[in-house]
Amino acid sequence: MDRTMLDLTAYELARKIEARELSAREAAEAANARIDAVEGDINAFVTTTPEIALERADRVDERLKNGGADGVKLWESVPLVVKDVLSTKGTRTTCGSKILEDFTPVYNATALENFGGDLVMVGKANMDEFAMGSSTENSAYGPTRNPWDLDRVPGGSSGGSAAAVAAGEGWWALGTDTGGSVRQPGAFCGMVGLKPTYGRVSRYGLVAFASSLDQIGPMTRDTRDAALLLQAISGHDPNDSTSAKVEVPDYLSTLEDGISGLRVGVVTELMNAEGVESEVKSITEKMARDLEEAGAEVGEASLPHATYGLPAYYIIAPAELSSNLARFDGVRYGKRAEASGVHEMYRRTREEGFGDEAKRRIMLGTYALSSGYYDAYYAQAQKVRTKIIDDFRSAFRDFDVLISPTCPTAAFELGDKVNDPLAMYANDICAVPASLAGVPAISIPGGLSNGLPVGVQLMSDHFTEPTLLRASYAAEKSSDFRFEMKP
Amino acid sequence: MISEEQVRHVANLARLGLTDEEVERMGGQLGAILESIEKIQELDLDNVPPTANPLSLTNVFRPDEPKPELDRDEALASAPAPEDDLFSVPRID
Repeated sequence: MDRTMLDLTAYELARKIEARELSAREAAEAANARIDAVEGDINAFVTTTPEIALERADRVDERLKNGGADGVKLWESVPLVVKDVLSTKGTRTTCGSKILEDFTPVYNATALENFGGDLVMVGKANMDEFAMGSSTENSAYGPTRNPWDLDRVPGGSSGGSAAAVAAGEGWWALGTDTGGSVRQPGAFCGMVGLKPTYGRVSRYGLVAFASSLDQIGPMTRDTRDAALLLQAISGHDPNDSTSAKVEVPDYLSTLEDGISGLRVGVVTELMNAEGVESEVKSITEKMARDLEEAGAEVGEASLPHATYGLPAYYIIAPAELSSNLARFDGVRYGKRAEASGVHEMYRRTREEGFGDEAKRRIMLGTYALSSGYYDAYYAQAQKVRTKIIDDFRSAFRDFDVLISPTCPTAAFELGDKVNDPLAMYANDICAVPASLAGVPAISIPGGLSNGLPVGVQLMSDHFTEPTLLRASYAAEKSSDFRFEMKP
Repeated sequence: MISEEQVRHVANLARLGLTDEEVERMGGQLGAILESIEKIQELDLDNVPPTANPLSLTNVFRPDEPKPELDRDEALASAPAPEDDLFSVPRID
């Protein structure tokens, strides 16, 4: 197979299509062919949509021909992988769950509508059930494998989105991040994963996990692609009352402005967090030094309550999801188990429809919200959240960007942690503080450890994605890592 | 460790059926998870306000005006057992 087109970044491909050197159809055909070739090994998708990709690519080509490039947004011609938790009108949306095996939404998520009506979708990507997990092993549709090493997990919960891009089954993807679900799989698969500021991207049509934390984010080959995809999906939406009425800046225009004088803080508590391997730590330190050489002022930052983030997260997220998943009761959508009475029908539908991790977290969340435990768990966790937000506020007085590992290790082996919930949760220790504070965070590849990619996380204040992307772009320039399609 | 009785109580609150084997396993796993979460109890946060929304957003209002919504057929399209123009459920037990 000719890999030339597949090796381009999304931005490069978009420019070639804009210049009519390639067509959107040729790109869609290349992605479809690549999916046919590697999907047997990777299992990145729950549903592939080759006809939709071709049909919409033809429409984009038609518009390019008729109206010229002016009427077509730069991003529209590039095939996209969509996580299977985003509602796609007419295309089934399973959320990785058996309970939604035959569910076909009747409307599109706003983020997809913003991208454009002719969105060239190649398929719906595999994920941990309802986005709960860090390995994509909690999917009713089988685990996804990491293209860098097929015996390892791609991370999660957006593991299908990450693996698809890493394997060249699409140029870029949308994932969702509640406690690291875009950043950690991005790190494990050697690519960029961006969790925008809470409220930057509408959650309308995103099947809810933890509503005060969920954000849709780009998973891409480099920082420029992340900026372009963020541009495509951002903006206020009257259908999501938590989406922010904050103007969307032009993310590409400031990308290359450099980082002279940018204040970068290395987060002590996350560098020394439990389980962070020494190689991961040294790769993070190297990136901080690279940023310093590129003109930044680097110092030590402190988020004193950062390590309380993990336990607080594992109360708040299950509490919200136990409430959000109450809607799957066999009445309005999804599967229904037969029973003679309505309560038995609820119980059996949910028993048969949900997998182990979903059940565990529904139980955990219900327990934390139940009478007698609410104050000790949920209310206390919400106060920890306030302390973490205060920590960030104080750190951002001294620094523009904070740096830490994305996760403690590189990709682990399939089966390694799936039966040990605490070991799996520990993966999220560096990712959850930014989620709880609602600040934007990006994972970019810092280098390799034993041949596997290691991600480094950059964080910045609410709605300062332009600064975050500028730092990420500079770090990427000075790193010796370049996106590589695998296998 | 969470007692079997507590596990069954919480499962009932969540309208979640569990097999006996799941009840037993869940007791140990939930106990271990809750133990790891205990760490947040060591913080003295008496006068700290709770956070529900990271942007400190409170109420968001919109004008109370009618607008087009899903039509009935669309709304019922995904229902496992629609009957006439309605969602149907088994008898209330």
